[in-house]
Amino acid sequence: MGRYILRRVLQMVPVFIGTTLLIFLMVYALGDPVAALFGDKAPDPATAAQIRHDLHLDEPLGKQYLLYMAGIFTGDFGQAFNGQPVTELMRDSFPVTVRLTVVAILIEAVFGILLGVVSGLRRKGWADTTVLVLTLVVVSVPTFVTGYLLQLVLGVRWGVAPATVTPEAPFGELVMPGLVLAAVSLAYVTRLTRTSVAENARADYVRTAVAKGLPRHRVITRHLLRNSLIPVVTFLGADIGALMGGALVTERIFNIHGVGYQLYQGILRQNSPTVVGFVTILVIIFLIANLLVDLLYAVLDPRIRYA
Amino acid sequence: MRAAVHVSRIAAAAALALAAAACSGGGGTGSGGGSAEAGVVRAYWGDPQNPLEPANTNEVQGGKVLDMVFRGLKIYDPRTGAARNEVAQSVTTTDQQTFTVRLRPGWRFSNGEPVTARSFVDAWNYGALVTNKQLNSSFFGYIQGYDKVHPASGGPTAKTMSGLTVVDDLTFTVALSQKFSLFPDTLGYAAYYPLPRTFFTDHAAWLRKPVGNGPYTVASYTKGSRMELRRSASFSGTDKARNGGVDLIVYTDANTAYTDLQAGNLDVIDIIPAAQLANAQSDLSGRFINQPAGIIQTISFPMYQPAWNTPGAQKVRLGLSMAVNRAQITQKIFHGSRTPATDWTSPVLGTRGGWSATLCGQACTYDPARAKTLVQQGGGLPGGRMTISYNADGDHKTWVDAVCNSINTALGDDRACTGNPIGTFADFRSQVTDKKMTSAFRTGWQMDYPLIQDFLEPLYATGGSSNDSHFSNARFDTLVNQANAASTPAAAVSTFQDAERILAVQMPAIPLWYQNAVGGYSDRVSDVRLNPFSVPVYNQITVKG
Repeated sequence: MGRYILRRVLQMVPVFIGTTLLIFLMVYALGDPVAALFGDKAPDPATAAQIRHDLHLDEPLGKQYLLYMAGIFTGDFGQAFNGQPVTELMRDSFPVTVRLTVVAILIEAVFGILLGVVSGLRRKGWADTTVLVLTLVVVSVPTFVTGYLLQLVLGVRWGVAPATVTPEAPFGELVMPGLVLAAVSLAYVTRLTRTSVAENARADYVRTAVAKGLPRHRVITRHLLRNSLIPVVTFLGADIGALMGGALVTERIFNIHGVGYQLYQGILRQNSPTVVGFVTILVIIFLIANLLVDLLYAVLDPRIRYA
Repeated sequence: MRAAVHVSRIAAAAALALAAAACSGGGGTGSGGGSAEAGVVRAYWGDPQNPLEPANTNEVQGGKVLDMVFRGLKIYDPRTGAARNEVAQSVTTTDQQTFTVRLRPGWRFSNGEPVTARSFVDAWNYGALVTNKQLNSSFFGYIQGYDKVHPASGGPTAKTMSGLTVVDDLTFTVALSQKFSLFPDTLGYAAYYPLPRTFFTDHAAWLRKPVGNGPYTVASYTKGSRMELRRSASFSGTDKARNGGVDLIVYTDANTAYTDLQAGNLDVIDIIPAAQLANAQSDLSGRFINQPAGIIQTISFPMYQPAWNTPGAQKVRLGLSMAVNRAQITQKIFHGSRTPATDWTSPVLGTRGGWSATLCGQACTYDPARAKTLVQQGGGLPGGRMTISYNADGDHKTWVDAVCNSINTALGDDRACTGNPIGTFADFRSQVTDKKMTSAFRTGWQMDYPLIQDFLEPLYATGGSSNDSHFSNARFDTLVNQANAASTPAAAVSTFQDAERILAVQMPAIPLWYQNAVGGYSDRVSDVRLNPFSVPVYNQITVKG
């Protein structure tokens, strides 16, 4: 187990270097950020040259990357154009996005699995059909539609939930955005669980468990569900990474100053330290989430063992 | 079936819990703009792109704060845009080149430091020095000695400009490198604001909490999310703030701010999402502002491309200008939030300031038949086709497509003109600056100060700082120089208009429309208006109750 984890951690190193390099190249390929600082005006050449020099933009690309990586290992992620260190942006935005992700993952896991089990056990019943139709609707409606709709109805018209989120972003305010963010994944989790449960419900070990007289809720929770959760856990693990970085639409709708928003600003202003810094952290989160998912397999299914 | 019933009961209970949580979130008043503090205006803000230094702020969001925290030598009337003395007692000259500035006594920064001649001279020298990387440094380009502190290449050979001389505590002189009669009227611009000593001695602390001499002081500033400004007790000017303060709240998206305004969490917005323009008037029950602003939108041609710079191409450019149905596009697409352009300036200048309803004349009037003839006479579009480049991250696609449509209809060729989106504003601007445009491209100009000079010289004079089309016309340059040397403002304006008439013949850029300033406000506040720079006049806003 220990050796397995060590091997996986070591595998992260090339992935980490590869992704940062790739992102660095991609931001670089977007073009020169200095011209945009001057707005619709033509940049003053001397000032622009001075800014480029101070940001090392006049160095060859390889050297820029090395300088950047050297900075990262000393904890210096560079600066955004407004003079704020990128680490400060991260300190402000990651807690917000983590809270939003926790809310969303909780909603998806709890409701997705519940609905999935209900419909999986009563296949072809009215509950199953309702869940299938509803999830189909949710999957096909884009996030910004559900987002604006809920915001308008619950936030503006009825006033039962805050229409937008304050900079402090407490959990209470994040419920509606979390729901919007979770909606699509919730539908996937439901459908995954449903299929998996329906399939395993006919398995031999379930029949055995029923035959030896176990109460039905015990058969479902201890035997059926545990085995059915593997694809769901895989999906949720991957979803953590996606939700952290891909909450851009939801964050903009609800005025959440999180990771997605900072990334968006970074890309618009072509500030490579912001973009590369945030993506680097996201890559690490993604890698760790994946590792945890793999380790969870062994917990869920004793047949899976890591040496 | 007992267990299954059990499961669905859990589901029902959990659903209830979620609904309860969603409700409890709305229980407090703390949403969006936060609870409304008595007498304080909650206003929309975008995250400023650059550090909040006067000479380093060239966009509206940072400019808003500086206008509240600072007062310059001159101030522009929020209604008429006319410059009048504020910190200055007088700005005088005999030769249109050397100006003597006398300050009104008694002005103080909010930390108690008096505003002296040195506060201005030090600030200007800081702004001009190339190693300080101030984006607005070119505004000091007229001052003698600028080339020493800001050489085109290499390091500076001086720290201060020789043209600035402190005479006594309240007097200094400015020597320019050329005649510029309208110079005093430019001094209301943010780059010319005075700075207190702490700006230089403890720069980092100053940036965290800017200190100025304006009607507001910064009470707290959380970068990226909000700034709380409060009425300054020590403000020396006459137009003190009529409210207790302003909370500027950063929004990720204009739509969100608009929603918060409707939900009662925000009082003032100076941006209305394009999609909401049609229904804003009714949504906001009349609390909607739509007034002219000092912004003009144009389509520029790359005059550095030989194909676009021939006598024939001149006819083509004129023809294209006549092929644009400005009236229809401003109504259908912008819902009246733009006004068809009739010259290259802005209506906020007023006719006395140089705006004209007739200057462009026929060349800016929709006439598809004549447009087609002119383009044909000019030998057709270079290469038979044209594109209009724009940055795809702004709201430009709709109108670019409409302009192309209008041109295609006039020319009777569906493939004549197409839009050419370029990913980001940054990339678009660097391609424009690097002269990489091969066909027409979108350009926009927001005035720095309400002067006809600002609409013409930087944009169309040879080597002008924002001459994106790289238009060069000897006669135009001569007239601009004459206008700058004119002894009276009226003579200057009329000579600038003579220069502008050359644009109506050469058409290096097609004037499309004047952009209005749009905004909205809640029923909690009144006396909300926008100044010619499309920024709310915060200090005049009154809060009810």
